[in-house]
Amino acid sequence: MKRALLVLAVAALYVLHQDFWFWRTSRPLVLGVVPIGLFYHACYSVAASLLMWLLVRHAWPHYLEREVERLDAEGAEGGDES
Amino acid sequence: MIPALFVFAYLAIVVYIGVFAFRRSKGQGAEDFFLANRSLGTFVFLLSLFGTNMTAVAILGSSGNAFTNGIVTYGLMASSSGLVIPLTIFLIGTRVWVLGKKYGFITPVQIFRDRWECSHIGTVIFAVQAVLLVPYIIIGIMGGGTTLSAISGGLVPFWLGGAVVAAVVMTYVFFGGMRGTAWVNTFQTILFLVFGVIAIGVIGAGMGGFSGAVESLGSAPATSWLLTRERISPYYFFSYTFIPLSAIAFPHILIFCLTAKRMVQFKKTVIFYPLCILLIWSPCVFLGVMANRVSDVPEIRAKQEARRTLATQGPRLEPAQRDELRERASGDDVILLLLHRYAPLWLAGILGAGIMAAVMASDSQILALSTMFTEDVFAFYGGRRRFGESAQVQTGRIFVILLTVLAYFVALRAPETIFEIAIQYAFSGFAAMSPLMIAALFWRGSTKWGALASTVWVALAVAFVALFQQTVPAPPPGPPAVFWSVGGTEVLARTPSGTSVFGFLPVVPMVLVSALLMLLVSKLTAKPSAATVEKYFSR
Repeated sequence: MKRALLVLAVAALYVLHQDFWFWRTSRPLVLGVVPIGLFYHACYSVAASLLMWLLVRHAWPHYLEREVERLDAEGAEGGDES
Repeated sequence: MIPALFVFAYLAIVVYIGVFAFRRSKGQGAEDFFLANRSLGTFVFLLSLFGTNMTAVAILGSSGNAFTNGIVTYGLMASSSGLVIPLTIFLIGTRVWVLGKKYGFITPVQIFRDRWECSHIGTVIFAVQAVLLVPYIIIGIMGGGTTLSAISGGLVPFWLGGAVVAAVVMTYVFFGGMRGTAWVNTFQTILFLVFGVIAIGVIGAGMGGFSGAVESLGSAPATSWLLTRERISPYYFFSYTFIPLSAIAFPHILIFCLTAKRMVQFKKTVIFYPLCILLIWSPCVFLGVMANRVSDVPEIRAKQEARRTLATQGPRLEPAQRDELRERASGDDVILLLLHRYAPLWLAGILGAGIMAAVMASDSQILALSTMFTEDVFAFYGGRRRFGESAQVQTGRIFVILLTVLAYFVALRAPETIFEIAIQYAFSGFAAMSPLMIAALFWRGSTKWGALASTVWVALAVAFVALFQQTVPAPPPGPPAVFWSVGGTEVLARTPSGTSVFGFLPVVPMVLVSALLMLLVSKLTAKPSAATVEKYFSR
């Protein structure tokens, strides 16, 4: 379930890149200088960072990490023996 | 000349970093020279991986593109990269790192050869990757020559600037290998992250604030479109989300993924990557757009004038005249011109050094090509067995010198546009190579023949598009020139800035057909042995 939600979140953010709703307008100007289309995509970058945080927290491939740790431990033991 | 002195000081620092890295790694083997002994910590790994991706395109290209096309540049190149690149590093980079740790892989081709039990097909993949990568090195040297010449006000000629940049890059890559390259990239990224933000403030103050400039850009019909995307086709915009797939297929990025000390170091890299993009790209794009309001810099005024002529008289001009106007209207140096005009000399110097740093990102590509040559060709065909590991490292170093010298002489003689096209389609080419690594890591049924079919398709498609753009002249600004249509549907067209296929950039069909070929050909051909498949898919 958690994995499905994360896949959905990635797909949703990918779709949200195509922001046709701000296509033809520059207003409002955020802080009086940043056109809304540029501001949206700056926020999109922040949202991408948050999504990466979610992925790291909930979908990190721990089994790969453990595999390498096991190999390192085996290597260290082999080194001790010799 | 004072800014140029800052740049020379910067160049001296990076050479020192390379030599310092050399002292740290003296006497160590190939893994140390090519991969810094897989020992990079979190901070250096994040900043150097990001710095590796920060080429001249990110600084000069982004502001130049924003000068010509407006705010759309950020959505086209930066925000999509902020999602796709860290996602591919998360999914693919981590797995490649584990394989490198388990089996000692140093290059992507080594993984392909082992995964699909092939030898010469791996060599074909190496050759295509090398051909797509070489133009980067050439354009890096050209960018260095141009930048140094511009910063010194013409006192340093192009040939000397290019030679200085080539010699500096060659020196720290030659001595420092991956460790030197990673440290230099880290230094460069910090320099630009810090001073890019300062540049916004200084130029903004020099222009008397941005709000008046934005208001007048938005209210003039001739420039208001720069603040929107009304002139950009949604298909074109969508196509750009395919381009960042190239990042994880670039050999220098994949090789960089092998340098992390522990897998946990990928965590901060993927989380902070989009924010680093935001910090570097948003000032460049914003300043590029603002340059359209600058009227007291003659060089920028000449660019605006050329663009106006192209827009109003374009259809009546010869293709060669249009190309010349396009070149004159090109905004790749607007950020340098803004600095020159509005920043105090010392700051212009430091920022010039930062720009130089981005332009010099060819270091990673030189090292990657050297690594690939020594591992995928020299060692694979028996060189290491016959001459030893020390000879392999020396071969790598000699290759660095030969490649840099060759790139320098080509850069002096060749017209830049050829390499611009090559780079433009190298991104598409590497994006279309991404199905190879995805299939190798995530699909048991993939085969070497599927990989070969994809690779050959990529090579042919890149060659076709480059040839098409060389032979069919670009139309004036406005609708594309349809080259081939079927039943009223536009199939292939020449646009003012490139090529379109069914309205999309060529990267879209290139990636889709590459994936399809991998799928179909793999289905029809024999799989690797069960033992090999288990090696990659057992949990």
